[in-house]
Amino acid sequence: MHTIKLLAVLEENKQGQLARLTRSLAAAKVNIRWITIATLDKVGVVKILVDHFDTALETLRRDGFTVSTLEVLAVEVPDQPGALHSVTEVLAREGINIENASGFVTQPRKRAVLLFETNKMAEAKRALEKQGLRLFTQAEILAI
Amino acid sequence: MKTRYWDRAAECLSRRKLEELQLERLRATVRKVQKNVPFYQRKLEAIGLGPEKIKSLQDVRRLPFTTNADLREAYPAGLLAVPLRKALRLHTSSGTTGKPKAIFFSRRDLQNSADLIARCLVATGATDEDILQNMMTYGLFTGALVMHYGAEKVGLLVIPAGPGNSEKQLLLMQDFRSTMFHTTPSYALYFADFLDKKGIDPKRHLALRRGYIGAEPYTEQTRRKIEQAFGIEVYNSYGLSEMNGPGVAFECTARHGMHLWEDHFLMEIIDPATGEPVPDGRPGELVLTTLCREAMPLLRYRTRDITALIPEPCPCGRTHRRIQRITGRADDMLIVRGVNIYPQQIESVLMSMPELGRNYLIVLEGLDEMTVKVELSASAFDGRVESLAGLQQQVAERLRTELLTRPRVELCAPGSLPVSEGKAKRVLDKRTL
Repeated sequence: MHTIKLLAVLEENKQGQLARLTRSLAAAKVNIRWITIATLDKVGVVKILVDHFDTALETLRRDGFTVSTLEVLAVEVPDQPGALHSVTEVLAREGINIENASGFVTQPRKRAVLLFETNKMAEAKRALEKQGLRLFTQAEILAI
Repeated sequence: MKTRYWDRAAECLSRRKLEELQLERLRATVRKVQKNVPFYQRKLEAIGLGPEKIKSLQDVRRLPFTTNADLREAYPAGLLAVPLRKALRLHTSSGTTGKPKAIFFSRRDLQNSADLIARCLVATGATDEDILQNMMTYGLFTGALVMHYGAEKVGLLVIPAGPGNSEKQLLLMQDFRSTMFHTTPSYALYFADFLDKKGIDPKRHLALRRGYIGAEPYTEQTRRKIEQAFGIEVYNSYGLSEMNGPGVAFECTARHGMHLWEDHFLMEIIDPATGEPVPDGRPGELVLTTLCREAMPLLRYRTRDITALIPEPCPCGRTHRRIQRITGRADDMLIVRGVNIYPQQIESVLMSMPELGRNYLIVLEGLDEMTVKVELSASAFDGRVESLAGLQQQVAERLRTELLTRPRVELCAPGSLPVSEGKAKRVLDKRTL
């Protein structure tokens, strides 16, 4: 499957909470490859992409964190003007809504990755692949 | 199934006749306390009121309240309306602090209390074939004895087991094939757990059919839990020693609200802060006036119990109106933006939503702002902040429907709120009014 598995951790929105999370993962020798944090009043949802998914999940649960898993799509785009637009245009045409997107450059001036959530995973995949865009597998994105 | 009655004439009396009877009995009660109880004599004189001025049932509102404190003050026998030799039984109602309240019963009071219990038991379908294991405390507490005599009146075999000693309870239940038990919700849950550990399946190994559960407030969820654990029907029972003990209000087979015996008790449901009546169906404090009590009549006794009237008639045909299960104590009431709120109302909304955890905290701060903090259930977390926002909205909306005011709702991470046991500790009042 060309989907990326993320861990989502529910935390109190107060100082020291993120440190508690990173300490737990560091102790388990888990590398965090990517992170976003969204907050809602007194809680925050920390989403992370890690190199050892199962170890991280087990460690966080053992350390008392409230953890869930999420699947997202990661699409490769050239690092150049108009490249991101080519992705959003395809999805818009197919009526697919992007939720919680984030992007990062993997090779300056060459390649970038867009990670996004959608409730229409299969449709999004089909539309992007039809357009000749490449979707990463978990192994591929970790190899970057 | 055909509805059975213990005293059909009294239980199905037309509302008009019932209210006439109430008025007549209310006047008689006022006359009696004015004549025989110095405490009421003084109070009635102070407001210039006597039985002749009670023209309608609404006039009950002109009568003075009787409180818990009045009863303690009157201890031991200050509110007795008959010579002590006419009293046959003494019960006390203990508070956690201070002096107990002493309640006297005359011969007629005892007969009446047994009669009311008989109405209750027959309303649940009990017959003289039934065997009642009475697991309440026999003694100064009314719970067991009042039930005992009422059950004998119906012709049941009563096993006066008393509370506790689960091994003995089980033995009696097995050997005598008890079909019903009478206990508190907490002991019923404890006993279910005990049977489970012993490998006893009540549905297969015991003959139980009904449970009479009272003396402590409990929720619908607890009722269902007890019903499922034992494979029985659970009937909610309301009473207080100051009135009758158990048997003041009881569920019929419809099991939707408790019929309060209005020919014996005049009920009002009031706003505990103002003393004014609340609209039918809204929560308020139950206030009871005894209508038949001989030894110790009480006018407008503030029960401190929070309930609400169910105004609709019951399909069982009884005309005595029903009250909802007790949801809390008047002492716990909060007033937020002029609206009366009971923490139990909030709790029942929160507990009905499986996405939420057990822990919550009600915070009052600033100028009358209420925030309900509640933990998310760990299993309900799907990793999406959008779901959290949606749930937060939904909780706020349900609370608004229940409370008639919209509180702020803050979802919290599981395990982040302080664990508290008493309901009162769930409220943090930081208002600076």
